[in-house]
Amino acid sequence: MATIYIENEPRQADSNQNLLHVLLSLGYDLPYFCWHPALGSVGACRQCAVKQFRNEQDTAGKIVIACMTPAADGTRVSIKDPEAAEFRAAVIQGLMQNHPHDCPVCDEGGECHLQDMTVMTGHCSRHYRFTKRTFRNQYLGPLLNHEMNRCIQCQRCVRFYRDYAGGHDLNAFRLRDTVYFGRFEDGVLENEFSGNLAEVCPTGVFTDATLKRHYTRKWDLQMAPSVCVHCAAGCNISVGERYGTLRRVVNRYNHAVNGYFLCDRGRFGYEFVNSDQRIRECLLGGEPTELTRAMFRLGTLLRDGNCIGIGSPRASLESNFALRQLVGPDHFYAGVADEEWSVTLAALEVLKHGPAPSPSLDEIEHCDAVLVLGEDVTNVLPLMALRLRQSVRQQPVRKATDLHIPLWLDHAVRELVQDERGPLFIASPSVTRLDDVATEVLRAAPSGLARLGFAVAHALDPDAPAAPDLSSEVEAVAGRIAAALRSARSPLVISGTSCGSRELVEAAAQVAWALCKTGKPARLSFCFPECNSAGLALMRPRPLSAAFQAMQRGSADTVIILENDLYRRGSVAEVSTLLDTARHVVVLDHLKNRTTGKAELVLPAGAFAETDGTLVNNELRAQRFFQAFPPQGEVRASWHWLSNSLIPELPAGTCSWRTLDDIVSAIANEMPDLAPIEHAAPSRKELGKVAREPNRYSGRTSILANISVHEPKPPEDLDSALAFSMESGPQPPPSALIPFFWSPGWNSIQSVNKFQGEVGGPLRGGDPGVRLIDQKAEIAWQYFSATPPAFQPNSDEWLLLPHFHIFGSEELSRQAPAISELVPRAYVGLNATDAALLGVKSGELIKVTIGDSVHELEASLRTDVPRGVALLPAGIPPVDNLSLPARGRLSPLRAAVYGFAK
Amino acid sequence: MSPMERPLTSNLRPDGNAVDIAAYERAGGYEGLRKALTMQPQDVTELVKRSSLKGRGGAGFPTGMKWSFVPMGANAPKPKYLVANADEMEPGTFKDRVLMEGDPHQLIEGMTVAAYAIQAEVGYIFLRGEYRCSAQRLRAAVAEAKERGFLGHNILGSGFGFELHLHISAGRYICGEETALLNALEGKRAHPRTKPPFPQVSGLWGKPTIVQNVETLCNVHHIVNKGPEWFRTLSRSGDGGTKLYGVSGKVNRPGLWELPLGTTLREILEEHAGGMRDGLRFRGVLPGGASTDFLVEQHLDTPMDYTEVQKAGSRLGTGTMVILDEGTCPVGMVWNLEHFFAQESCGWCTPCWSGLAWTEKILLAMEYGKAEESDLDTLRFQTKFLAPGNTFCAFAPGAVEPLQSALKYFSGDFHRHIEEKRCPWR
Repeated sequence: MATIYIENEPRQADSNQNLLHVLLSLGYDLPYFCWHPALGSVGACRQCAVKQFRNEQDTAGKIVIACMTPAADGTRVSIKDPEAAEFRAAVIQGLMQNHPHDCPVCDEGGECHLQDMTVMTGHCSRHYRFTKRTFRNQYLGPLLNHEMNRCIQCQRCVRFYRDYAGGHDLNAFRLRDTVYFGRFEDGVLENEFSGNLAEVCPTGVFTDATLKRHYTRKWDLQMAPSVCVHCAAGCNISVGERYGTLRRVVNRYNHAVNGYFLCDRGRFGYEFVNSDQRIRECLLGGEPTELTRAMFRLGTLLRDGNCIGIGSPRASLESNFALRQLVGPDHFYAGVADEEWSVTLAALEVLKHGPAPSPSLDEIEHCDAVLVLGEDVTNVLPLMALRLRQSVRQQPVRKATDLHIPLWLDHAVRELVQDERGPLFIASPSVTRLDDVATEVLRAAPSGLARLGFAVAHALDPDAPAAPDLSSEVEAVAGRIAAALRSARSPLVISGTSCGSRELVEAAAQVAWALCKTGKPARLSFCFPECNSAGLALMRPRPLSAAFQAMQRGSADTVIILENDLYRRGSVAEVSTLLDTARHVVVLDHLKNRTTGKAELVLPAGAFAETDGTLVNNELRAQRFFQAFPPQGEVRASWHWLSNSLIPELPAGTCSWRTLDDIVSAIANEMPDLAPIEHAAPSRKELGKVAREPNRYSGRTSILANISVHEPKPPEDLDSALAFSMESGPQPPPSALIPFFWSPGWNSIQSVNKFQGEVGGPLRGGDPGVRLIDQKAEIAWQYFSATPPAFQPNSDEWLLLPHFHIFGSEELSRQAPAISELVPRAYVGLNATDAALLGVKSGELIKVTIGDSVHELEASLRTDVPRGVALLPAGIPPVDNLSLPARGRLSPLRAAVYGFAK
Repeated sequence: MSPMERPLTSNLRPDGNAVDIAAYERAGGYEGLRKALTMQPQDVTELVKRSSLKGRGGAGFPTGMKWSFVPMGANAPKPKYLVANADEMEPGTFKDRVLMEGDPHQLIEGMTVAAYAIQAEVGYIFLRGEYRCSAQRLRAAVAEAKERGFLGHNILGSGFGFELHLHISAGRYICGEETALLNALEGKRAHPRTKPPFPQVSGLWGKPTIVQNVETLCNVHHIVNKGPEWFRTLSRSGDGGTKLYGVSGKVNRPGLWELPLGTTLREILEEHAGGMRDGLRFRGVLPGGASTDFLVEQHLDTPMDYTEVQKAGSRLGTGTMVILDEGTCPVGMVWNLEHFFAQESCGWCTPCWSGLAWTEKILLAMEYGKAEESDLDTLRFQTKFLAPGNTFCAFAPGAVEPLQSALKYFSGDFHRHIEEKRCPWR
């Protein structure tokens, strides 16, 4: 720590930081553009100028750029100094020279950092009288709009896109006041994190193209803190509504989880909530019916039938719990394929009973040697990939510290480090989007990857059993991986469920545990497939196949399916048999799908933005999401549907919750593993009101005037302290309940500075969410002893693996119009050599036969896929009903086509 | 010193062709290198320090001191780099071109000695794209030197190796700024880098690097060969050596001369450049290239060295002068310069890209009689806004030097443009 003097007042500051970071952290207002807490300082915009004085006697001082000046002990600065203030206003004047004064029609207006900073400096009248430079804008795809005339050349976009996110197709072109930030030619931005440009850009150059289609100013949005439902990372988001539809998603800073950034699936997947496929009424036999009739029917079914319940990895803990209580734990089944269920359970066991803890995404960024086994992290858990991309810098940037280059001095550090990267080993069946920063990549079938893992563990600790019959090449790779992990300060092993291989999970654990045993603080992280996969598994459901059997045996006659399209979970034959055998099928869901199509009774479930609940992410952090707006029609949270206040004739004491706090306590009482979720967010009774609407929310009295001129009483929210109103209690909201970031003078999302204890650090009051498992100091564990046999390619029986796509593999986001434009066509990916043996050329059709299901898919020839393995796109129609991995046959179709032509 | 001692230009042939390696060696070439290789590298640096050689690219930083910041010894990062800044794009400047075209081996020898002093293994000559003749002659000379063992592995059996590459710039003024040059050499956008860290510590590809102007490097082996004391006696000032002084503009004999450092402006203009052309009166001079302040009649007796020119209110810069005569519009001249600088701004920092664009537009408006009185305030404001420290690098402060001094010395001309709503010279 250092003592620095601000306006002659001594303040404590972190001497490893720059003045801008320190001044903002201490609560001062100082305008800036090019600096970003996650990107560091480059000194381009010159906006954060302050006056620095040599000592107490120095009254002249000199202008310094705060973001480029270390907060060294004894530093004396003034923000108020008239010369510094004049300089800052002059910088804004320069930035405004070419900036179109189009705020009223600009999407950024009202949450524009440039507006805020302009007001902050006091610059208000225009002296520049010459013409402005203008540009031609580009088409950048369905996610972002481009309006280069607004650009102030702060360089943030390319620094985020290229340096931070590893993108290549956005760059700075030309010189002087005509620097152009765009692509080499019009086209869809390739990077999976491009949406962050809308937040990184301090003005309206890059704006949310999905928002534009149903545009609303930030101040007119009713917002709530939420959690992304499109993967297992659990990124914190803030969702905004107006006129009963969800308008957009922006980042909600959580230091431990997503930090400042979201992936494009998470940011733009929300539009499924507004889909015309939404179910908004109770359906009985496919026809809309009244609530009372529907509930009477459900009550009857529950009373008379033998019910089983099928849970969902995309439904909240609360909803899964409600179903589990309704049908009884013995009749509660996992709504996922058995393979996924068993691998997920294995991963949870490993985390619970092993010595290696599961890291937060922030901790992942700070790991300095990483082994990935069997995951294309970018396409499965995108934010983890963004963090991993930073982790490879951990070792090389130590050189900067040795040369006394501060780590915040971004370009200096990058020049020094150049292309040097710390260890990241990726072993996977096919190319991954992180290969470009990997130290080494290895391609093999899942069993081969597991064998590599076991070999690494053995190389780390001879007590760990060796994998027999390894090739010398794999043995050598294992040795190099072991050496890199062993010499790291904070090694990490990542695996997951993507390959559907339990052995792979065990192999990953084996490596982490071998490191732990040799005294390394190793961490172990798993990629789970969906937003609450871990939460569902912690509910201890029975496997889905057992539900199929129960129905066939006749031990059950009614099935209640929670937020789940079962056709994505099992073969068409199995699922159809279940749904046809059941006398009564009840489904709770928000979008129409094949399963709801077969239901006798459908209850309209609320989507994430319309309901409250808790999700468990891949770290095993329970996080609460809150309702942004009361849904239309009869829509309500599944756990509200499944309570005795709605269902008549339920025995007293069963499902007797009325509010979120009730059901959260019920879960905590019933399930020790989940007891901490009570602390995921403060309960309603602990708090006063927290407004969902900004102070300037307009139309309160007129928004419903077309229906009634009388202003209705705002709906009451019994489930949380959040109010459907502009009125807040006197206290700032606790971190888990911040609906949106705003502070006087800071209308843009950069206002998050005002909510952090230290800029770039945790939110005041701690990061939202609670970890469910924390490693005990002494834990008894044993190595896994069985290593899998090597994979043998078999031309009669291919190993068909799921191939994940950030756009398309996830069920809900695929329904969002913008995302749907980016979903690839279905294909079968196979090794070019295998294809040649099959006699198939690229683009020709292949018949893929798995059990009873047959698909004709275009061949995509690849060099990365191991022989005998074929890839099918996960979750993408028409193969979204296959449960992968699977064994199957591939046969060329060309002959058949010719035959037909004759 | 004898008045004729001109170490840098004595080899130049009157026919303008390059001195080949045989002629260069006959004239005592590569002796400095042979001698340096018998010394300890640090001792070479020490000699250069004692010679008071200062950088000839414009900033005038003591060369030996710069080298002494390079990490030395077995643990120093490898490879280290030496870069000759041959991106001579300063308007009015053509001194390095004369050296490279006429005596390319001199640069190679100077670089090799400098590389030895800092133990650099790899060198680059970063050459201005338009200098095709220099490129051709340097390329030939590098090949000759390599063949004769003055470059490459194990130079002259010393165990020291130095690979020298010629890199031809894609062409931007800012590439003359040493850190922007390094970015360009790495294939990146040519905007300057943060200092510190200085290139001596983290330069090309993050390795210790010395970037030195061509003329500076051409002095190095002479210092080694003849000693720092000899070098200091070449000068008429506190700083050592001779200087290439150039004059362009409406003088009788525009040209370039190697003269003792500290020769007065008047001597250069009147004796060497032959005074003003008939009927024209001298009004001012940019003493060191386009990015230096005007000096006027009262400064003609200023010795052209680093300290004295600074005292007069300008900078020695590259030592190549541009003369303004009475028949030329000072506003037009300054517009021309600011137009160049506005175009060449790399676009990195706000004051530079916004300020120069505005400045250029006002000056052009003035030339067309469309300026307003308040424009003068804006111009004055811009010269302060673009002051050193306010901008990321020294480009913009240099760019407004001719403007700020023109506003001082030729303010009447600016006012006439506004009042008469036209350029009085048109």
